Amino acid sequence: MSLFAGAWPMLRKEFVHLRRDPGTVIFALLIPVIQLIIFGFALNMNVRQIPTVVYDQAPSQRSRELIARFRSTDTFALVAQVTSDAELEHEIRRGHAQAALKIPYDYADRVLAGRGATVQLLVDGSDSTVSSAALNVFNALILLENQRLARAGPPIVEARPAVLFNPATRSPNFFVPGLVAALVQIMVIILVALSVVRERERGTLEQLTVTPVQPLGVMLGKMIPYVTLGFLEICWVLLIMRVVFAVPIHGSLATLLLLAVPFLVASAGIGLLISTRANSQAEAFQMAFGTMLPSIFLSGYIFPINNMPAQFQLVSKIIPTTYFIEVTRGVILRGAGLADLWPNGAVLTAMALAAVGLAARQFHRRLS
Amino acid sequence: MPPVIETREISVRFGAFTAVDRVSLTVDRGEVFGLLGPNGSGKTTLIKSLCGLVKISGGEGRLLGLDVRAEAPAIRRRIGYMSQRFGLYEDLTARENLEFYSGVYGLTAERYTKRLASVVELTAITPYLDRRASQLSGGWKQRLALGCAIVHEPEVVFLDEPTAGIDPVARRALWDLVFQLSGQGVTFLVTTHYMDEAERCGRVGYLYNSTMVAMGAVEELKRLPAANPPGTARYEITCPNITEMLATVRALPFVREATIFGQSIHALVETAAAAALAAATGVAPRPIEPSLEDVFVTLTNRILADRSAL
Repeated sequence: MSLFAGAWPMLRKEFVHLRRDPGTVIFALLIPVIQLIIFGFALNMNVRQIPTVVYDQAPSQRSRELIARFRSTDTFALVAQVTSDAELEHEIRRGHAQAALKIPYDYADRVLAGRGATVQLLVDGSDSTVSSAALNVFNALILLENQRLARAGPPIVEARPAVLFNPATRSPNFFVPGLVAALVQIMVIILVALSVVRERERGTLEQLTVTPVQPLGVMLGKMIPYVTLGFLEICWVLLIMRVVFAVPIHGSLATLLLLAVPFLVASAGIGLLISTRANSQAEAFQMAFGTMLPSIFLSGYIFPINNMPAQFQLVSKIIPTTYFIEVTRGVILRGAGLADLWPNGAVLTAMALAAVGLAARQFHRRLS
Repeated sequence: MPPVIETREISVRFGAFTAVDRVSLTVDRGEVFGLLGPNGSGKTTLIKSLCGLVKISGGEGRLLGLDVRAEAPAIRRRIGYMSQRFGLYEDLTARENLEFYSGVYGLTAERYTKRLASVVELTAITPYLDRRASQLSGGWKQRLALGCAIVHEPEVVFLDEPTAGIDPVARRALWDLVFQLSGQGVTFLVTTHYMDEAERCGRVGYLYNSTMVAMGAVEELKRLPAANPPGTARYEITCPNITEMLATVRALPFVREATIFGQSIHALVETAAAAALAAATGVAPRPIEPSLEDVFVTLTNRILADRSAL
């Protein structure tokens, strides 16, 4: 008797289920669109237009020049002029402004005398992204202002940074390729786990146990439809990414899709593992959600892995999404090829085999 | 020829709980064996252990001469199982369900066509073939489930409470099907709560508290000494106000058991007290044979009495 006995009828039946329940397919294709809209349009890591108040203690030409420089950046948006320290603090405390520029009364005099004038920027530290962006731009502005005032010809050292692969540092370029991975993983895990547990709830899994169907046959029949669906979903999200968000794909699409296969199988394997543990669909749903948070927050999708404590970096290494996010960003943004990314493919393949093997063993144990 | 189903002191334990306790039984080819017993007595577990769904903790079970534990894969192709939950896919049509199970049993396309024709003929499900299982009535669902369980022509079929919750007409139709198949040599092991169904079976076994308390042909069971304690006789008392009469009869010192049976009371009475019974009730009691239910009630009471005596 073949190890995969029953895979073919299971597979056919599973596609009939999908056809009868178009909700699942629509769900799988619609959720990414919603997520893309949220992550692509709403979320932006680039800090722009920080509401800023100005407290100019003694308006002068010098101070107006400085304020004009602030206004010309995209980072600060001047929302009000204040006339006292108390008012300044009040504006920040009530959240009206996140930064305040304070120019002391002797600013112009000291600049003219070359005696070291001071300018103060007060930043609301409750949002670390905003405050660090504000400080960076503030420091750069003052540096430039110093140079301008010194009129000492060309600077001795000039900074010329270049951002590779995403020159405009657009957020969609960063988010969307990662989103492909995070989204598809959770979708495949949930769909596979639920479809097995549904059969357990309805008693059909027990019925299958008295037939010659083998655990691997059941598993294969359950995985292929949802791996296929996940594959379609990847293509769909990439299409939206390319057309709507205008994120260029620098590398080879074939490489990306090839490496998607072990990633999808690994995700389906995790779904199967969950299904061997869960007795009800609600339980399976909870467990699937348990895998969602680490795969969003620890996979490098949003927060860089290098910034995590060592033990969390270890956790990130056992999450398939981590490797596939590297693949998507590598191919889409950096134009990386199979030669660069094969280690990720190897890890994903190993994970896929491990998850499926483990699930098969659990299945056997539960059935016998 | 060896018996089709044979168990020797088979036991199933879940931790400290013994669900089936040293049960031995044999069922021959073409027999319809009825398994009775209260809820939780171990009927379903016994069936599941024979189908390989539950691990056997002790003893030996053989199906078609094959060991249940060691030769499970070979057995699977030759048995059919219909659980209390049917095992149908609700969103698939009747035809798709049959097709799926025939695929699972590895039937070739030709054999499937042939089997579909004969299963459809047997179950008369033609008008509902393209209807989804979820839209079938209870009776048709059960027929379809039985059809799925026999699509691969099994030699032994296990039916776990096949008629629970369906109407009497559908029940009779299902039993007709069972007897038609048993006439063709298929062996059945059926659990049920209904005494009338049990009376149809060639032989029955009564499970109580995980042990097989009595087993044999229905007529044999009715003559069991344990069911007819020496010095007692069964009488039927027919009168208009039976509920009031039952209280009167139960209060009599020489009445061991009394219960309502339709329009009359069945009572187990000490033989010498027949005249006293007639005097107390004002009705002439009619001596009767015990029904199967009487047998099981008497057996159960005896077990309970023995236990409290210990």
